[in-house]
Amino acid sequence: MRAPTVAPATDLAPRVFSRSIEDFDVPVGREEEWRFAPIRELADFFQPAVWGSVGLNGEHDVTVEYVEISDQRLSQTWMPTDRPSAIAREQATHAVLVTIPKESIHSNPIVVNLKNAGESNYLHVEVHAGPFSKSQVVLIHDTSGNVNGSILSLLGDQADLTMLSVIDADAAVMQHLHWFTEVGRDAHFLGLSITLGGGVIRTVPTLTYRAPGGKAQMLGAFLLTGDQFQEHRILVDHTQPHCVSNVIYKGALSGEGAHSVWIGDVLVRREAIGIETYELNRNLLLTDGPRADSVPNLELETGDVISAGHASATGRFDDEQLFYLQSRGIPESVARQLVVRGFFVDVLSKIDDAELSGSLMRRIESKLGIVDHE
Amino acid sequence: MSKLTITDLHASVITEDGDTPILRGVSLVVESGTTNAIMGPNGSGKSTLAYVIAGHPKYTVTSGSIDLDGQDVLAMTVDERARAGLFLAMQYPVEIPGVSVSNFLRTSITALKGEAPKLRTWTKDMKEAMADLQMDPAFASRNVNEGFSGGEKKRHEILQLGLMQPKIAILDETDSGLDVDALKIVSEGVNRYKESSNAGVLLITHYTRILRYIQPDVVHVFVDGRIVATGGPELADVLEADGYETYTAAARA
Ligand SMILES: Nc1ncnc2c1ncn2[C@@H]1O[C@H](COP(=O)(O)OP(=O)(O)OP(=O)(O)O)[C@@H](O)[C@H]1O
Ligand SMILES: [Mg+2]
Repeated sequence: MRAPTVAPATDLAPRVFSRSIEDFDVPVGREEEWRFAPIRELADFFQPAVWGSVGLNGEHDVTVEYVEISDQRLSQTWMPTDRPSAIAREQATHAVLVTIPKESIHSNPIVVNLKNAGESNYLHVEVHAGPFSKSQVVLIHDTSGNVNGSILSLLGDQADLTMLSVIDADAAVMQHLHWFTEVGRDAHFLGLSITLGGGVIRTVPTLTYRAPGGKAQMLGAFLLTGDQFQEHRILVDHTQPHCVSNVIYKGALSGEGAHSVWIGDVLVRREAIGIETYELNRNLLLTDGPRADSVPNLELETGDVISAGHASATGRFDDEQLFYLQSRGIPESVARQLVVRGFFVDVLSKIDDAELSGSLMRRIESKLGIVDHE
Repeated sequence: MSKLTITDLHASVITEDGDTPILRGVSLVVESGTTNAIMGPNGSGKSTLAYVIAGHPKYTVTSGSIDLDGQDVLAMTVDERARAGLFLAMQYPVEIPGVSVSNFLRTSITALKGEAPKLRTWTKDMKEAMADLQMDPAFASRNVNEGFSGGEKKRHEILQLGLMQPKIAILDETDSGLDVDALKIVSEGVNRYKESSNAGVLLITHYTRILRYIQPDVVHVFVDGRIVATGGPELADVLEADGYETYTAAARA
């Protein structure tokens, strides 16, 4: 293993990049990056163990392979940035590799059904979008079993990749998931993270650029019921000039003990001139009780940008909206459905596949008890 | 023929520090084919009356009754009242993010009529109704009331009136925020609806300006949660010239 790299001092970017577990201390909960996380519940994610590796369920497209973790085609340069991701990279025996060949155009989505090996699992997924390729990859996570691991989306020059990751796990499930994206020259990335269930889910999407001109959109829709916990800790690291980033995360919470955390870190480095960035988080509280923390951070090391902004708001389900709709004859359940659909529309409408976006929307409505689709 | 009968209505607004009585015995009849104007000072409870008829959850009725053609309106949910034929054009229409005007209108018409309108005739009907109110067709794909100007919001309310054709319509300060041209267009919309449906209208306003376009049969003076005087159209001119001083003084005494 290489020696840990120490990044330039900034509060937002990770400081340690390493594949050695010992380079990362066991979190105690006082660290800035861990202060919201349920450290005790996640204890098993901080110690290496013998867990199986997440594989594939059923038949797949030829672009999708299940490979040994030693496969030389897997990224040799990517480095974990915290203890769980270092453990997962070290302990995983296999990986799922999706290779979109150079210049190939895929009009149908490449669906990857992930299958857990057991009660607890390590995951390593890489999607390599070759230069000038165009594709959509849909990752469907398994519904039961704990998961610790990383997803890498690596875009070649002018690649166009839409990637959807759907977690609709059982209430007992814990997941710790890094999602690292590197955008090539003039490449386009659209990432959609949909989290509809699970007991403790922590996602760490990190996006950076390898060359100028990249455009990236990171969208998220998440839903919490009961006493679920979700943390989405996003970092967009603008390391290159003339790139664009746009982050929109929408969360709906219902249930006494539901707690969501959204951290939107955007770092614009001195060399990243002429960039555009915007990030937004909105949370909708459907009942009394849930808590939604929302923290956008924008750190500008250069003033030479086209635009840089952020917004964050958490609001209750609006009685005035319901009244307005009902006063036009619309029954309460349909009115609630309209409002919730309207809330998520700017994220879910980005899913090209109408069948998939429709089924996700119906799933959200069922889970919130608005409409019984089951 | 329809008849909305409000009898000795008392209602309070529900606030964090308890309920505050606002309506103190309102009695009023609105029949098909007639227009009742209600005029009164700020804060006298006109919007409260409108909201209570529509069933807004912020208010609670403490006594009295509201009856529509023998049906107990107070026993109905908000949407049931609308389906029974009541409509409230709101003073402050609400924004609904992510819900387009066309989707909203179609959902509403489907609920009111009990079946979805035929797609082809529906698009045509909606376009025509919008053209009548000189609304840009682009409004159909915008989100309900989001970013609408004050005047656009009011046109959108009257657009709904025309498409939904309720039996009884309550217009809460539909004239406020409209310039003269818009006022004319909106008033014509109301008059078209009145004629085609032989509807009953309860029109809440501060100014006689709108009453020159929409002729009232009866004018009520509303002060301190009650109707304190009723007269013909000429009463409106007296109120606009002299204000409510004589009535408010009497109410305080
Ligand atoms: N949600 C509320 N909380 C507290 N007070 C309220 C609430 N809604 C209405 N009120 C009070 O009830 C009274 C009547 O208000 P209402 O809006 O019905 O008056 P209005 O006659 O429509 O006034 P305007 O001419 O300004 O529209 C006012 O004193 C108002 O402050
Ligand atoms: Mg009012």
